[in-house]
Amino acid sequence: MDAITVSHLSKRYDETLAVDDVSFSVARGSTLGLLGGNGAGKTTTIAMLLGLLVPSSGSIRVLGHDMARHRFAALARMNFSSPYVSLPSRISVRENLQVYAHLYGVRHTAQRIAELARELDLTGLLDRLAGELSAGQKTRVALAKSLINRPDVLLLDEPTASLDPDTGDLVRSWLERYRAESGCTILLASHNMAEVERLCSDVVMLKKGRIVDHGTPQDLLDRYGREDLEDVFLDIARGRTSLEAHT
Amino acid sequence: MSLSLRRIWGLMFRHIALYRRSWPRLVELAYWPILQMSIWGFTANFLMQRGGSNAAMIGGAVMGGVLLWEVALRSQMGMSISFLEEIWSRNLGHVFVSPLRPWELVAALIGMSMLRMLAGVIPAIALAWVLYAFNLLSTGPVLVLFFANLMVMGWAVALGVISLILRHGAGAEALAWSVLFGITPFSAVFYPVSVLPHVAREIAFLVPASHVFEGMRAVMLDGHIAWDELALAMVLNLVWLAAAILIFRRQFQVARIRGALISIGE
Repeated sequence: MDAITVSHLSKRYDETLAVDDVSFSVARGSTLGLLGGNGAGKTTTIAMLLGLLVPSSGSIRVLGHDMARHRFAALARMNFSSPYVSLPSRISVRENLQVYAHLYGVRHTAQRIAELARELDLTGLLDRLAGELSAGQKTRVALAKSLINRPDVLLLDEPTASLDPDTGDLVRSWLERYRAESGCTILLASHNMAEVERLCSDVVMLKKGRIVDHGTPQDLLDRYGREDLEDVFLDIARGRTSLEAHT
Repeated sequence: MSLSLRRIWGLMFRHIALYRRSWPRLVELAYWPILQMSIWGFTANFLMQRGGSNAAMIGGAVMGGVLLWEVALRSQMGMSISFLEEIWSRNLGHVFVSPLRPWELVAALIGMSMLRMLAGVIPAIALAWVLYAFNLLSTGPVLVLFFANLMVMGWAVALGVISLILRHGAGAEALAWSVLFGITPFSAVFYPVSVLPHVAREIAFLVPASHVFEGMRAVMLDGHIAWDELALAMVLNLVWLAAAILIFRRQFQVARIRGALISIGE
C-alpha cells in the first residue's frame, strides 16, 4: 500500500494555475524527490499534502486518510521540516522541542529529546535560544523537531540547505538510517541533485505546475543520456526533451 | 492528560516559556493597567476631595470601571497578541501542520489571554487598594460574573481580530491594540447609558460590556445586583461569541483556500 497517493491535484489562484493535474504515489518506506525550478509548484504541492492549502481539485491520501476529511489523523503521523519556516527564536531549543512533543502527543518527552539531541549532535545546544544558533544548527534543530513524533511520513523541504558539506552528509546518513530502521516514507524537495540521487528511489520533475517527467534517478539519467541529475534538471528546466537531450 | 489537553498546553507552554525569558513582555502586561489605575485613582481622589459623599461614590464607580474595563481590554489583547506572536516568529507553518485542531488553538489562546489578563489586572487591583483604599473585591461574589462577561466579550472581539488577520494578513495587526477602544464610548464604562444620545444608546444596548457596567454601578451606587442587566450581558455575549466563532471558522477555511497560512507574516 502506498503511503501517499496524489490524484489529479490542481491548485488555482485566480488566473494562475500553480499546480496542474499532478498525480503520483509514494510507496511505504521509499523516498520520493520532488524536483523543479523556482515556481514549479513544489511548495504548493507540499502545502496541500500538509493540509495547509486546500486543493482546487483532485485528492490526497496519506497513510490511508483522505486529507480533505481526516487530515488530523494523518498529521499526527506526519512531520515537516523546512529552513523557510522558523521555530520560535526567543525560547530555547529544548523548549521548542518540548512544545512540539506536546503538540504531537509524544510520550517520554525528555528521553526522546535527549535521544534526538545525541543523534543530531544537539546536546550542547539544548539550552541555548533557538535564535542564537547558526543557520546550520537551526537546520539540525528543525530536523529534530520534524522527527520528534517518529513520523511515518516525513516531508522535507531542502533539509540540508545552509549546512556545511560535513554536516550535510551527517544529516543524509542519519535520514538513510532513520528510514531503514523506521520504514518511514520521505518526500524530499531539494535543489541538491547529489542528495536526491543518494536518497531518492523515485523522482518527480515539476515544471510550471505540471509533472514533466517521473522515474527512478537511473531511469532519468538513461532517458536523458546524462551522467548526473544536475544535467537532467537543466535539460528539463531549459525545455529540452529526453529525445533532444540524446541528440 | 488527554491528547487534546496536551496540545493546548503545548501551545500555552510556548508562550509561558517566552514570557519567562522576557522581562519587557512581563512589564508590558501590567504597565498599562497600573498607569490607568494611577491616573484615574488621582482623578477619583480629586472628585472625592471637592464633591462630598456623592462624588466619592461616583469616583469609586469610575475606579471600578477602569479596573473592569482592563479585564475586557487585556482579555482581547492577550488573545490577539498571542496569535500575533506566532506570526512574528514565523511559526504558524509548523503549528498548523501539527495535529493541533483550530478549536485547540483558540483554547490555548484563551488560556494565555486569561493568564495575561490576571498578570495585568491583579497588580492594578492591589494598587487601587493600597494607594486609594479602593477595594474592588468588596463588590462581592457578583464580581466573578462581571469578570466572566468582560472576558468573554474580549475573546469574541479577539476572534474577530484574528479572523481579520487571517483575511488581510499582518496588515490588520494594529487592530489588536485599537479595536476595543472604538467600543469604549458605547460600553458605558465611566457613565451610565442614559447620558448617551438616543442612537448611541441603541448601539450600547447591543454591547455586553454596557450591561456589565450598568450592573457594576447598581452594586456600587445603589447596593443591589441588577440581574436583568447581567442576564442581558450573558445573552449578548453568547451571540457575540457564536458570531465570532462562525467568522473565525469561515476565515480559517478561506485562509486555507487562499494560501494565507503559508504567507501570513507578509
